[in-house]
Amino acid sequence: MDPFYPLQLLADWLTYTVFGLDKTSKLGLSLDFFLFDVPKVLILLAVVIFFVAIIRSFFSPEKTRKFLSHSRLYGGNIAAALLGVVTPFCSCSAVPLFIGFVESGVPLGVTFSFLVASPMINEIAIILLWGLFGWKITALYIVSGLVIAITSGIIIGKLGLESWVEEYVYQIRMGDGGELAEQTWPEKLAYARDYVGEIVGKVWPYVVVGIGLGAVMHGYIPADFLAKYAGPGNPFAVPIAVLVGVPLYSNAAGVIPLVSVLVEKGMAMGTVLAFMMAVVGLSLPEAIILRKVLKPKLIAVYFGINAVGIMAIGYLFNAVLR
Amino acid sequence: MVIKVLGSGCMNCQKLEALAKKATEQLGLDAEIVKVTDYPEIMAYGVMSTPALVIDEKLVVAGRVPSYDEVVTFIKRFAE
Repeated sequence: MDPFYPLQLLADWLTYTVFGLDKTSKLGLSLDFFLFDVPKVLILLAVVIFFVAIIRSFFSPEKTRKFLSHSRLYGGNIAAALLGVVTPFCSCSAVPLFIGFVESGVPLGVTFSFLVASPMINEIAIILLWGLFGWKITALYIVSGLVIAITSGIIIGKLGLESWVEEYVYQIRMGDGGELAEQTWPEKLAYARDYVGEIVGKVWPYVVVGIGLGAVMHGYIPADFLAKYAGPGNPFAVPIAVLVGVPLYSNAAGVIPLVSVLVEKGMAMGTVLAFMMAVVGLSLPEAIILRKVLKPKLIAVYFGINAVGIMAIGYLFNAVLR
Repeated sequence: MVIKVLGSGCMNCQKLEALAKKATEQLGLDAEIVKVTDYPEIMAYGVMSTPALVIDEKLVVAGRVPSYDEVVTFIKRFAE
């Protein structure tokens, strides 16, 4: 049984009994959608972020670096992409992380697999996709993200672009901070609880606005309305989706509920996946931060390979998922 | 006592600095709080994820903002 069924009953009761709206009216459909999706998405966020925080407490960039420092092409790229998903890392730490990886002998291509996977396979995106589209689309998203991270790292590794890293990076030597005390279980739980509060506190307005816009479209725009413009038949839909997605970086929580409605109205699934990946995986602020350690040419290659990979995934799924 | 807050100036670094300030004031300690924003210097402490806290040249936490109670515990340990 759907664990969210009681929420649906509550939303139905509020909309059709308390507010007395008609079950076929546009306003009724929109309000019912909104009242069901907002609590559902916020509950999903809170529960999954709690467990993500616990899982991540077992990983650290320092441990990941040690593990990857002896890695090679291919195997190292796969390990780096997987570790990129679970290692706690915010884009404000991208520079020290990059320097630390390079300093300890992690190959450049392997470092990039980590840097691509880490934002691309984003826990908030996973939760929302799972809640709004089901596990199949979520699995496709995770596997596609890993494939892009692994292959773009391999390509950068094969191209031998070490000289496109700023020279001073190779001069920095890392000190040894010594072992930090492991967090105890009560500390881990307290941290996870605070982290849920922090993240949900930050993203809930985006969720409410995103679902609000989605709700209006759900009620007022006819089904298949978008099929003509953004369906599988339009070859430009994928690149446009990627271009639109890049500047929306920080708003994954608001964008995804909206996207679920775009699908309902006929947008092709591959286009949707490409859009999602561009939103979470290609971030201009991160590119600007990385400029401190990468020459512009390397940033362009990093962005270019990613964008091409994301578009390829979009076209592939548009062709396969009919 | 010298307390260093390592980080490039992001939101979390400012949060950690505020916690350290509050803790030293509450404990009535005469401590100097220094912000370290220079990458080579941050990395010299073996830190890859900011924010991080260094008390009297010893790294105590990296990659997360500890709770206020944790900060107090760290500082007390070095104050004795």
